[in-house]
Amino acid sequence: MAQNGVTENGAGGGAPAPALPRPADVQGIAHTKIFIDNEWRTSCAGRTFPTLNPATGVKICDVQEADEEDVDKAVEAAKAAVQRGSPWRRMDASSRGRLLHKLADLIERDRLLLATLETLDTGKPFLQSFFIDMDGSIKTLRYYAGWTDKIHGKSLPVDESFMCLTKHEPVGVCGAIIPWNFPLLMFMWKIAPALSCGNTVVIKPAEQTPLTALHIGSLIKEAGFPPGVVNIVPGFGTTAGAAIAGHMGIDKVAFTGSTEVGQLIKEAAAKSNLKRVTLELGGKNPCIVFADCDLQLAVEETQKGAFYNQGQCCTAASRVFVEESIHEEFVRCSIEKAKKIVIGDPLDPQTSQGPQIDRQQFDKIMDLIESGKKEGARLEYGGVAVGEKSLFIQPTIFSGVKDHMRIAKEEIFGPVQCIFSFKTQQEAIERANCSQYGLVSAAFTTSLDRALSVSAALETGTVWINCYNALHAQTPFGGYKMSGNGRELGEYALAEYSEVKTVTIKLSETM
Amino acid sequence: MLRAALFSRTLPGLSRLSTNLYSSLAIPAPSCRPEVQFNQLFINNQWQDAASGKTFPTINPATGEVICQVAEADEADVDKAVKAARDAFRFGSPWRRMDASHRGLLLHRLADAIERDTAYLAELETLDNGKPYAVSYAVDVPHVVKCLRYYAGWADKWEGKTIPIDGDYFCYTRHEPIGVCGQIIPWNFPLLMQAWKLGPALATGNTVVMKVAEQTPLTALYVASLIKEVGFPEGVVNILPGMGPSAGAAIARHMDVDKLAFTGSTEVGHLIQQASGNSNLKKVTLELGGKSPNIILSDANMEDAVEQSHFALFFNQGQCCCAGSRTYVQEEVYDEFLERSVERAKRRVVGNPFDLNTEQGPQVDQEQFNKILGYISSGKREGAKLMCGGGAAADRGYFIQPTVFGDVQDDMTIAREEIFGPVMQILKFKSLEEVVTRANDSKYGLAAAVFTKDIDKANYVSNGLRAGTVWINCYDVFGAQAPFGGYKASGNGRELGEYGLDNYTEVKTVTIKVPQKNS
Repeated sequence: MAQNGVTENGAGGGAPAPALPRPADVQGIAHTKIFIDNEWRTSCAGRTFPTLNPATGVKICDVQEADEEDVDKAVEAAKAAVQRGSPWRRMDASSRGRLLHKLADLIERDRLLLATLETLDTGKPFLQSFFIDMDGSIKTLRYYAGWTDKIHGKSLPVDESFMCLTKHEPVGVCGAIIPWNFPLLMFMWKIAPALSCGNTVVIKPAEQTPLTALHIGSLIKEAGFPPGVVNIVPGFGTTAGAAIAGHMGIDKVAFTGSTEVGQLIKEAAAKSNLKRVTLELGGKNPCIVFADCDLQLAVEETQKGAFYNQGQCCTAASRVFVEESIHEEFVRCSIEKAKKIVIGDPLDPQTSQGPQIDRQQFDKIMDLIESGKKEGARLEYGGVAVGEKSLFIQPTIFSGVKDHMRIAKEEIFGPVQCIFSFKTQQEAIERANCSQYGLVSAAFTTSLDRALSVSAALETGTVWINCYNALHAQTPFGGYKMSGNGRELGEYALAEYSEVKTVTIKLSETM
Repeated sequence: MLRAALFSRTLPGLSRLSTNLYSSLAIPAPSCRPEVQFNQLFINNQWQDAASGKTFPTINPATGEVICQVAEADEADVDKAVKAARDAFRFGSPWRRMDASHRGLLLHRLADAIERDTAYLAELETLDNGKPYAVSYAVDVPHVVKCLRYYAGWADKWEGKTIPIDGDYFCYTRHEPIGVCGQIIPWNFPLLMQAWKLGPALATGNTVVMKVAEQTPLTALYVASLIKEVGFPEGVVNILPGMGPSAGAAIARHMDVDKLAFTGSTEVGHLIQQASGNSNLKKVTLELGGKSPNIILSDANMEDAVEQSHFALFFNQGQCCCAGSRTYVQEEVYDEFLERSVERAKRRVVGNPFDLNTEQGPQVDQEQFNKILGYISSGKREGAKLMCGGGAAADRGYFIQPTVFGDVQDDMTIAREEIFGPVMQILKFKSLEEVVTRANDSKYGLAAAVFTKDIDKANYVSNGLRAGTVWINCYDVFGAQAPFGGYKASGNGRELGEYGLDNYTEVKTVTIKVPQKNS
C-alpha cells in the first residue's frame, strides 16, 4: 500500500538509502505485554494469544491479550495524561515535535530489528520491510513533528464590537485500531497526527501482528513521552477493539480495516458517546489504461499495484480496465512480468512475494479465485497455491473479467489481478465509478486532456496519473463512499485530531 | 531582545538576569579565549581569501583589543558568491531536485550541530559582540536552534493551492523559491539574525549570499563550517564578512540577486530599497529601527511592570531594534514607577561579559559608544531629568552606565530617535486616548507593549497601537512561530512564523484548459 514516495521520490536527491543488511538474528521477543502508562502489564484476565510466522506456521511467541478491563485501564491512563495541567498539556508544541523527532531517530536506530520483526510477523519480504515500511514510518513521524507548532488558529474579523479568535485544541483520548498489512506504518499514520495535535492514544494493533507495535512502546518510553500519552493494547477486534469503539471515555476513534468492521465502529460510536470517527476502509480500485499510454510503465505500475504486499493493500489495483486496442498486448506483457516474481522465504533478499497473513485470508482468496474460474473469467496465470499447507499463493491474472463477477466486486486482498476491456473513455469512467468503494484509482495516458478529465471524473479519494501507490506523508489519503470517512496524512489529518474553539471577546464601546 | 522560554518558566513573569537564575541553569564555565577557526570568505562550501587580499580587524568590545583579522569581501567577491549561488539554484541542480522533506532534514541537522557546539558558539559570540555569556548561552543559541527546527518543519508544508476559477480551466499555484537571496545582517544578534534569515530562505529552497556585520563576523563563519559539515550542497549558502558601503552595496545593487533581506538601521534601509529600484527591482524585505512605546497603566502590577520595562530597554545593552525606549507611565503611578526603575537600573551589574554575574556588557564598538553618549548629552541639554547613570562605566572597553531619564517630553531627541544603548526614557500620560495617540506619533512602528489587568483597556490599547508586535503584560517574548516586523518606517514584510515564508516565495499560477470542468 504505502510507499511514501520511496520509489517515486527517491531519484531526486533525498537521503541515500542504506544498503540492505542481513536480517537481525532475533533470539526471543523482548516486548510481549500490554503497554499502559509507560509500563508493561499482563492481561487482567490472565490470557495470552500466540502470534505466528506466516511463512512457516511456527509460533513466534505468546502475547498478553488485552480485553475490556485492560482497555479501561489504558483509557484511564490516557485520560490522566491529557488532563489540563498535565505535563503533556503544558508542554510547548515545539517540544512535542522534538519528541516525535526523537521517536523517529530511535526507529532509525532500531531499523534492522524492527524490519526483521515486521517480516517475521507479517511474512512481507524483508527488503520491503526494511526500506518501504521503515522509511514510511520515519517520514510520517518527522512530517508531523514539523506540524506541532504550526497548527494555527485564526483571528476573525467578526461583525460589530467583538474580537474573535480560534484555537485548535486536542480532542482528548484517541482510540486507534489498526490492521495487520502494514503494522508499523499504520501505527505511525495514527499516532503521528494524534500526538502532533496534543492528544493521547489508546491503540490496538492487529492480533496477527502485534510485535513491532510493542517494540515501539519501548521506544516511546525511551524517547521521553510522558506516561499515558501512548498506550498499546494487543488483542482481538471483537473484544478489545469493541471496547475501544464503545468506550465512554474515548473522544475519538480511528480505524483502518474492512468496510464491514468500519460499519460496526461507527455504530458503536453512535450508541455510546458520539465519539468522532475516522475510517479508512476497503477498496476495489480501478486503473484505466488508455491506448495512448506508455505500455511498459502501465504494465509495471498496475502489476505492482495488484501484487504489492501479497495483494494485501486497501489500495490494491484490483480492477484494471484496458482499452480494447491494446488489451491483448497488455495481458501478454503482464503475464511475462508476473513470471519474474520470486516467491519464497521473506527473509531472503531475492524474494518479492511472501505468504498471505493467515489461513482465513488464504482460504478466502482461494475461494474467490475459484469463483473467478467458475463465473467464466479467463485464468491467464497462476491461480493455485504454492506447496502444500503453506500460505503462499501464485500471482494470479484473470482476463475477460466482467463487472458482475464476484472478483470484480469484492475485495480479494490477495495477489490476484483482474483485467477488463473497455472501448470508450466515458464507458471506462462509468464502470470504474460503479462501486460501493472509492478509495483510489489510476489512469495511464500521455494525453493531458484525458489525464485531467479522468482525474476529475473518478470518484475516489486519490487519483494517480501514470503512477501507483505513490503515497506520501504530505498528501491526504482516504476514501469516498464506503471506503471511509475523513482523511489521513497531510495537513488534512490534523483536522481529524483537533477541536476548534471559538473565543469571542466583547470590546468596550465606551473607551 | 529575546527571552528564552526557560526564563519565563523558571521565574514566571520575570526575566531577572541575576546570579541566582544563572547558577540554577547550570551554565558551564566559559573559556574567555575561544580559538577562532575560520576567518575567510565562505563561497561554494570553500574557504577563500578576498580577491583583493584585504582583511579587517574584528575587535573585542570588552577590551578594545583586536581578536583577529578577517578576510574583507568586496564587489569581486560578491560576484563570485552570487555566481556560486546562481549555479546552485540552476534548474535541475541537486538543491532544486532535492525532496522538500530532505531540505528540512538538512536544517534539522544544522540545528543539531549548532546545539552540539552551543558552548563554543556562545563563547565566540560573547567575545566578538560583548553580550553576557550567560545570555549567549541560554538565549541566543537556543533561539537559533529553535528557529532552524521550526523552519525545517515548514520545508514540506509550504503548500500551493488548487483554485476553482471560472470557465473550463484547471488552476493551481506552486510555491517556488525566488532564487538567489542577498541577506545583510546586523551585529546585535549575529547568530540569531543569521538563523532568522537562513531558516525561511533555505526551507523554501532558495540559495543565499549573506553579508555579516563587520563588527561580529566570527560566529557566522563558524556556522558556515557546520553548513558544509551537515551536507548542504555547494553554493547554497555563501557567507561574506565585509563592510556595508562596499560588500553590502554590491549585493543590494547586484543584477543577479533576486531578493534582498536586510536587518539594520532605517537609514540604510532607505539605501537598500533605492538600490533595488536602481538595479533589477529585486524583492526587498526590511527589518529596521524602532522607538517602541511601552505603556504602563495605573492598574498594572507595579513590580512586574518595573522589571519588565527595565528588561525591555536594557536587554542586550539596549541594542535591540524593539527596545522599549519610550516608557509611558500613567500619572497616578508615575512617581513610584520612576523611583523603582531608577533603583532597579542602579542594581544592574555591568562588567566582564564572561562573568556569569554580569547583566550588561560593553556596547559593540567605539562608534556606537560615542553616539549613545551624544544622545545622553542631548537629553540633559533638552531638559530631561537624568535620574541615574549618564557616563562611561569603565576605563577600557565600551561600557556605559545604565541610564534613566525622567520627565521626558515627546519632542526631545531622546524621545524620537533610536539610541540603541542602555538609556531609558520615562514619560508621563493621563488618558488612554492620549497615550495611544502619542505612542503612534512616530515614524516607527516595530513593537509596543501595554501593562494592565483590565481586559477592556488591554484590547483598546493593543488594537489602537500601530506596531507590528504588541506585547501585553510581557516584553520581548519571541517565538519562531510568531511573525515579527514593522509598520511604517520600521520595515517591510514579516520575519518568522508562516508569514516569513512569503518573503522567500514566488507564487506561480498554472492554468490548464480542460475539456469540461466539474465541481
